[in-house]
Amino acid sequence: MIAALKGLGGFLLNKLARLGRANLFLFSVLGALTFLFKRPGLLIRQLYTVGVLSLPIILVSGLFVGMVLGLQGYANLVDFGATSSLGTVVALSLIRELGPVLTALLYAGRAGSALTAEIGLMKATEQLASMQMMAVDPFPRVLAPRFLAGCLAAPLLTGIFTAVGILGGYFVAVVQLGVDGGAFWAQMQAKVLFFEDIVNGVIIKSFVFGWLANWIALFEGYEASPTSEGVSLATTRTVVVTSLAVLSWDFLLTALMFGAW
Amino acid sequence: MFPHSPRLKTVGSDDAPLILVRDLSFHRDDRMIFNNLNLDIRRGQVTAIMGPSGTGKTTLLRLIGGQIRPTTGRIEVDGQCVHELSRQDLYRLRQRMGVLFQSGALFTDLNVFENVAFPLREHTRLSERLIRTLALMKLEAVGLRGARDLMPAQLSGGMARRVALARAIALDPMMILYDEPFAGQDPISMGVLVKLIRTLNDALGLTSVIISHDVKETAAIADDLYLISEGRVVEHGTPEALHHSSSPWVDQFMHARPDGPMSFHYAARPYVDDLLSRDSG
Repeated sequence: MIAALKGLGGFLLNKLARLGRANLFLFSVLGALTFLFKRPGLLIRQLYTVGVLSLPIILVSGLFVGMVLGLQGYANLVDFGATSSLGTVVALSLIRELGPVLTALLYAGRAGSALTAEIGLMKATEQLASMQMMAVDPFPRVLAPRFLAGCLAAPLLTGIFTAVGILGGYFVAVVQLGVDGGAFWAQMQAKVLFFEDIVNGVIIKSFVFGWLANWIALFEGYEASPTSEGVSLATTRTVVVTSLAVLSWDFLLTALMFGAW
Repeated sequence: MFPHSPRLKTVGSDDAPLILVRDLSFHRDDRMIFNNLNLDIRRGQVTAIMGPSGTGKTTLLRLIGGQIRPTTGRIEVDGQCVHELSRQDLYRLRQRMGVLFQSGALFTDLNVFENVAFPLREHTRLSERLIRTLALMKLEAVGLRGARDLMPAQLSGGMARRVALARAIALDPMMILYDEPFAGQDPISMGVLVKLIRTLNDALGLTSVIISHDVKETAAIADDLYLISEGRVVEHGTPEALHHSSSPWVDQFMHARPDGPMSFHYAARPYVDDLLSRDSG
């Protein structure tokens, strides 16, 4: 009994210590962001790596998700003769929930895991240590540009995912299933609100998810054991922890933004 | 292959050691790594710190570089106590230190030229033209000016270490710390590195500290040699003196004898007891 309690206590203390280190890490990254005013080239390069290189998976996924929404929405609305609302259903689903959440999950799988592996390998191959020994702080030089680039890329990718998804839904609903195109766009225009839906969903939610995904990815890489097994474990942990964090924070944000609480 | 360079007296040299380690103790978890270690690294010399694997040689290098802090004791570099410096002062001191890591630690996203130019770009406001000239001079010194456009993945282990050496001397440091520079090298690469370390030390008026367990190569270029084991200095002297030491431990290490005071077997319970035991492990 005592041994079990001791084990549980030790486990919780370890988790708390790790959370503390993660927060200290975040403060160090945030404190280093001002350096990017002096070296904007570092940020632009990372925006390309985490943003532009994520475009193919975002475009393809967005298109298929929109098409599926169009199909499912039509199958349900047609019984009530409400297919003219399909544009609203597709747009609101994507803008409020699926766009930010799925983009964040895809981002964690593609860019987040890559960030963890990159930082973990830089640690394992002593690149971070050599940088420190050359009197160059890796926080402003390596970590801050990646963090900010990810936070900026997430809303942009979410916007693209959502736009492509709506086009996919339009293609299925209007071109394939014969829903009236004017009604599709007009209903969407009437029901989707800029501040309540787009700012909350596409901008705020996705920024929070981008923040979480990059914080977790960089911290896991920075804390990874400097071995191939350590980097592999850290990469897996990044995807798992980010997915859980995004889904739980999505519930919290949805309750705050759109819920009745 | 290498430009002839007479041995120069270190600029600004005086009698005080460049690195001074006093009563150094360092523990990792419950394990003692160093216990009252004392050593002096004299200016302008090549000093080797040798010992069997796992004796904490690389840890000592990290302590000297201020990457970790000692449990007790004092480490001074050029009169400054490393672990008492502010972060800003430590970074200022590190600009005068070069470190050659065992793996080379080249930045894999930069080519050879950019790796060497990296510290110049970070710490100076020199024009691009001057940075190019300096980086090419450093690469020429290690014989790899022609490899400037290669990426680290395209280099052999020996070439990677030479590029890392060019990067380590980019800011004309007062000293270079070498972490196992000969480990895993073929005989030619090893010969090149041995000669380079000595030549650069003398031509640039550096102070070099080599952490190694390659006795022959290290003893060939070292002026001063420390042997450490079990957290303390076992013997100290010139390579010549240590070769003829009467200490059985030094004799075993310097002449690579498989058995001696340092046992071939890792500490364990008696062999027969272990074989007859019913334990699963």
